[in-house]
Amino acid sequence: MLQLKDIQKTYVEPDGAILKILDIPAFGVAPGEQVVLMGQSGSGKTTLLHIIAGISRPDSGEVRIAGTDIARLPESIRDRFRARTIGYVFQTFNLLAGFSALENVLLGMTFGGRSDAARARTLLERVGLGRRLTHKPAMLSVGEQQRVAVARALANRPKLLLADEPTANVDRGHQQQIVELIRQACREENVALLLVTHTAEVAEQFERVEHLERFNQAVASL
Amino acid sequence: MSLWKIAWRSIQQRALASSLTSVSMGLGVALVVAVLVLQAAVTDSFQHGGGLGYDMIVGAKGSKLQLVLNTVYYLSSPVENIPWSYYKEFTDGKFKRYVEKAVPCCLGDYYEEYRVVGTTPEMFELKPPSGKGYTCAAGEIFHSDDFFTAVVGSTVASTTGLTVGSKFQPTHGAPGGHQHDPFTVVGVLAPTGTPNDRAVFVNIEGFYLLDNHAKEPEPAEETQQADADHAHAGADHAEDHAPESAMDHEHAAEDKDAAAHEEHDAADQDHAAEGEHAEHAHEDEHGHDHEHEHGEHHHAPLPENQREVTAILLLTASAPGVPAGLSAMPLIKQINKGSVAQVVLPIREIRTLLDLFVAPLEWLLLALTVLIVVVAGVGILVSIYNSMSERRREIAIMRALGASRESVMLIVLLESILLALAGGMLGWLLGHGLLGVLAPWIGQEAGVNLAFWHATLLELVIIPGLVVLAAVVGFLPAVVAYRTDVAKALVAAP
Repeated sequence: MLQLKDIQKTYVEPDGAILKILDIPAFGVAPGEQVVLMGQSGSGKTTLLHIIAGISRPDSGEVRIAGTDIARLPESIRDRFRARTIGYVFQTFNLLAGFSALENVLLGMTFGGRSDAARARTLLERVGLGRRLTHKPAMLSVGEQQRVAVARALANRPKLLLADEPTANVDRGHQQQIVELIRQACREENVALLLVTHTAEVAEQFERVEHLERFNQAVASL
Repeated sequence: MSLWKIAWRSIQQRALASSLTSVSMGLGVALVVAVLVLQAAVTDSFQHGGGLGYDMIVGAKGSKLQLVLNTVYYLSSPVENIPWSYYKEFTDGKFKRYVEKAVPCCLGDYYEEYRVVGTTPEMFELKPPSGKGYTCAAGEIFHSDDFFTAVVGSTVASTTGLTVGSKFQPTHGAPGGHQHDPFTVVGVLAPTGTPNDRAVFVNIEGFYLLDNHAKEPEPAEETQQADADHAHAGADHAEDHAPESAMDHEHAAEDKDAAAHEEHDAADQDHAAEGEHAEHAHEDEHGHDHEHEHGEHHHAPLPENQREVTAILLLTASAPGVPAGLSAMPLIKQINKGSVAQVVLPIREIRTLLDLFVAPLEWLLLALTVLIVVVAGVGILVSIYNSMSERRREIAIMRALGASRESVMLIVLLESILLALAGGMLGWLLGHGLLGVLAPWIGQEAGVNLAFWHATLLELVIIPGLVVLAAVVGFLPAVVAYRTDVAKALVAAP
């Protein structure tokens, strides 16, 4: 499902110095596989997810998702590819405040070009928010907001779901619930999952746990 | 979910700022709408007024424009007069074949600030372009043999309170001039949307019998006329009102009063000597007993050689097979070639006036109001642009969900367009509402008929104009949205 090859990413610091963030010779996630990615703060986890999602471009290397090297796609096609193929759950949920729970889910579908209100409702019901469809994010609890974010990420039937520390802002009691919700949804939809976390309790639930420091040579050379 | 809805949600999210921006745009559009409608109404009113059912005006030689303004709109100073005999050329003389109708008008007197027009009942047979003709809202048109009767325009009736049966005294030469003998209102005209709503029409026969309204006859004419006058056996009240200067409104008020005083004295002596005017007493400010009992006896009309008219309204006859404009050409040539009078085409004069003076001013006013709308458009720019820093994250989320740069740019442009359109709708309603509310006052003060639903074709340009303006002012914030660095905005603190 996901294959990274020779990914390199550098940043130019304000003083002009070049900082290498990522140097990954190879990394992959099989279809339907659920992988947890751990790493220290500043190790490049979020940058890696942005590159996989096509939000950022690597300086070099291949990012193949379902056989397509999205690093070589023009931006507009990459945007459309992301909308249709990749789901993204953010650490801070990133729901749009002016939109209801249902509209937030529909928003993801809009950019994917397939607005399906029935599916949006079904997804929200599946995450336990069937009675909160018209509620704005401010009227939902933190846990409920994250559930809307999960429903939104799955709205376009993606092949790969990227979750960037989805439990970081959730209390311990709800962490387990959120992770189980994401894993269960991915299983039901046959979606590959790459979940970033620095919480050991979360990582323990996964069969495959990867540490960025182990395959990112940029970190290793620091 | 459409991009329109996403843009609308964004507007709703910043409801207060969005509302204020739209209201400022609405105020600008309201001004544009008001100016456009007023511009059209004023132009229409002038053109309407220039075709009150006649196509030419004959008057003394001089300024054509002044003749039109004075005769059609009752504006400007009165022009010189022309002899009655000239008017007769149109009814019984050499010009008769060119004319379908000729209506005499005598101007110069006032009732309060409104012009008094001495005319014949035929005036009300002229049909304005609406084709409906004049109708009375109350009473009827005066009869030619009821000398001291009058018909008042609708505006005059509503502002002065004159109604059927009311008596009023016109003033000579100016609103505060010497008060004439009273007339009785027998009719109130229904509104016509023309300057005639602001006029007082009196029977021309009564008008001639007022102080200073009779021309002193030429010596030769006087001798001839004396015989005719005697035939009236002293019933000729006109002599009482026969000064040396006919409708001479150029005299200072004091002179007129003094002259009138002397004339009244002389006339009273005559009456006393002849004992023929027992009923016809006057009461004026000099203490003379001049009160008329118009309803109780007949006055003798003023001899024709003492009559003058200010203008003659002509409805020309069209010869079979000849265009109306061409059939009157010989008439125009003959009149203008002579030394007595000139003929003017009111439509042409008004068109010239509009093109030369009114239109540039109107366009200047319109340009200023459009500038206000542009400033309001800049307000939209500022409002959206200021919101961009707080919306960067929102835009980044949409981009992360798969929105293209073009999509987020379009959402911002649509937001700008929606704000402008909302302002435009509000402004349209506000502008028309304002005109609707002010319509009675405008009608009364300016004689321009307006209503809420009066609209102009130019208003159709407002909506596409606003869309273009919104697209222009929304472009800068849209570019900011386009250039948003998604990765940076996503990792920034929410």
